[in-house]
Amino acid sequence: MALQETELGDLPLFAATKKVYPQSVSGRYRRAKWLILGLCLGVYYLLPFLRWDRGPNLPNQAVLADLANARFYFFFIEIWPQEVYYFTGLLIMAAFVLFMMNAVAGRVWCGYLCPQTVWTDLFLTVERFFEGDRRERIKLDEGPWTAGKVWRKTAKHFVWLMIAWWTGGAWVLYFADAPTLVRDLATLQAPFTAYAFIAILTFTTYALAGIMREQVCNYMCPWPRIQAALTDDDALNVTYRYDRGDPRVSVKQAERLRKEGHPAGDCVDCRQCVAVCPTGIDIRDGAQLDCIQCGLCIDACDNVMEKISRPKGLIAYDTDDNVKRRIAGEKPVYNPLRLRTMIYAALILVVGGAMVFQLATRRTIEMSVLHDRSPLFVRLSDGSIRNAYTIRILNKRPDERPVALTVHGLPGVRIEAVGVAATADLRPVVSVAPDSSREVRVLVTLPPDIHPEKTQTITFTAADLFAGERVTATDHFIAP
Amino acid sequence: MAQHQDHHEVDAHTGVSTTGHEWDGIRELNTPLPRWWLGIFYATIVWSVGYWVVYPAWPLITTTTQGVIGYASRNDIARDLALLQQQRASQAAGLTASLEQIKADPSLFRIAMAQGKAVFGDNCAACHGVGGGGAKGYPNLNDDEWLWGGSLGEIHQTLQHGIRVAGDAETRISQMPAFGKDGVLKPAEIRVVANHVRALAGLPTERGVDLAKGPELFATNCAACHGDAGKGNKELGAPNLTDAISLYGMDMASLTETLTNSRAGVMPAWGQRLDPTTVKALTLYVHSLGGGQ
Ligand code: SF4
Ligand code: SF4
Repeated sequence: MALQETELGDLPLFAATKKVYPQSVSGRYRRAKWLILGLCLGVYYLLPFLRWDRGPNLPNQAVLADLANARFYFFFIEIWPQEVYYFTGLLIMAAFVLFMMNAVAGRVWCGYLCPQTVWTDLFLTVERFFEGDRRERIKLDEGPWTAGKVWRKTAKHFVWLMIAWWTGGAWVLYFADAPTLVRDLATLQAPFTAYAFIAILTFTTYALAGIMREQVCNYMCPWPRIQAALTDDDALNVTYRYDRGDPRVSVKQAERLRKEGHPAGDCVDCRQCVAVCPTGIDIRDGAQLDCIQCGLCIDACDNVMEKISRPKGLIAYDTDDNVKRRIAGEKPVYNPLRLRTMIYAALILVVGGAMVFQLATRRTIEMSVLHDRSPLFVRLSDGSIRNAYTIRILNKRPDERPVALTVHGLPGVRIEAVGVAATADLRPVVSVAPDSSREVRVLVTLPPDIHPEKTQTITFTAADLFAGERVTATDHFIAP
Repeated sequence: MAQHQDHHEVDAHTGVSTTGHEWDGIRELNTPLPRWWLGIFYATIVWSVGYWVVYPAWPLITTTTQGVIGYASRNDIARDLALLQQQRASQAAGLTASLEQIKADPSLFRIAMAQGKAVFGDNCAACHGVGGGGAKGYPNLNDDEWLWGGSLGEIHQTLQHGIRVAGDAETRISQMPAFGKDGVLKPAEIRVVANHVRALAGLPTERGVDLAKGPELFATNCAACHGDAGKGNKELGAPNLTDAISLYGMDMASLTETLTNSRAGVMPAWGQRLDPTTVKALTLYVHSLGGGQ
């Protein structure tokens, strides 16, 4: 120990970050990543322009968070502020899906789906286009500032900024009618907040995807820490199979060793896996917090194995337990269907099912009733007792609707709404504007000859005069 | 227990040196923080210095440093209030229409209701209660009995000029005699009248009281204002004595008190204190409480 101490000395508390120069690679996982990247970015940048007809009174943008009118539109779904539980449900589902991914195949989110990963990938592609692959980039950074270097760097940062700007621009389009906002932005007539948000998101995209990159995952994101607690012995993770790989020797040495009947590993120590790694780590050191499990080192190593005619899969999605099993001469065990994953799947189904059910049975008419706090009741000159209520009726349909109010629960009870006309059979008909709510003051009067209990439950019914859809709500009728 | 060791060991498993801190046998690896992190930390400190310069920050003896842009959250509120007043003013412009027109126009009516409710809370609720439920001597504004009339115009008149307001020529005014105090009726006669009034309202009368004199006493002393049948007269603010509602109580004690010393409630002339549109909003609000005619 004492010797090691003098040899290694004390590390500083702070250290400069080593720049990572990920090399390009091709293969199965790289292809999957390109596909996901294209899909995610395509959806993100283009979705605001998708139209969805909701009739003349509502916006026709498929996905829109209409903050001014407090509505959220998602294709055929329209959500009112009091229905934010749909978002709660979505978030709960998202959490379980993340847990499930982790239990099945580790940081699938980090490696393939996370915006940080996707945009970093995109920015790296731009960097490669202007500055070349790993080796050229290292050389360029080490070399003097020639005109060529200045041009390459400037062009790269310019394109980065353009992408970042368009990323921020796409974001604000989700909050207003996209084509209109694009025109307003271009003619400098958009609201200040739009420009401010674009500026902020341009900066964050440029800084996070262009400059910070893997530092975001290592130092800023909480998910790596959480996922470290979510993984287990059966979860597939990107694993270097040291049972096959070690001892690491060159191709020639391996041939000689094998001829002589000695053990030789398949790893030729070419460090291709390290070169392609976007976080600059060596997967052969085992599972690490810095590994986002993008699978690129698998592609890199598979390519090497193909060249030296050894079986692929020296690095693969596997478990450390399986590596140990193989060393012990046992068969590897794969357990994607285990109690934990099944519980996650069940929970996802339950939450998803509950949300679908809620959506399918969602009413387009709603009512809330509030009894006057003071006075609790009023005695009229003929001795009748009257209670007053504030009733709010919600119309979630895009057309104006006449809603008739009735009340039940007490004999001979009469209902009227202040300033609202009634039908021939004395039901007040409140007309509620499209996609909005209306509050009315409602008076319920009990004739003098009936002596009710001190408090009695009565039921209000609000019914669409034509469509027939109805809701009920109960409240109290209070008497002296 | 945290222990500090001066010599920094190297963790055998990872090959990383430790910080020398140990908690119950758990040692902390020294993983150096990136320098940019330190840079951002310093930058936030510098940023905070900017705040001292730009915004009010340091406490002085009687005040604080003001900051170069002269920001104060008080100004924000003042601006918001000014904006609100401006909006109210434009809305109030709509309330110059007649009471009936406002009532017929849903958007104007909504503005009037909101304003009326607020004004009612500030000015009227002290006597009439938060929802206008009233109390003994303070009329309930939700019911259908109005001393001075319950149409929009009548309510407006009452609000504008008040009740028994000295110096307002159009104020609502009437005076019931103090029959007992002024010696018009003897206590025994007051008892008869009180019982007669109860009988008019369909309430049980006291035993042993000779009700035969009741009609005559009522006709001579009360009918001029309350009418022969005791149905009241809105012109004079004389309440209907026969219905189920009473302002001062229909029990013998209350009636005796009323007949002996009289009653004369007052209400301020709100026209002197509130602007015309506010009085209108108040009128519509009171009218909407449930008793408006
Ligand atoms: S790419 Fe494969 S062969 Fe090359 S160093 Fe990495 S694990 Fe070994
Ligand atoms: S070690 Fe492999 S899987 Fe992990 S981040 Fe690096 S390249 Fe991706």
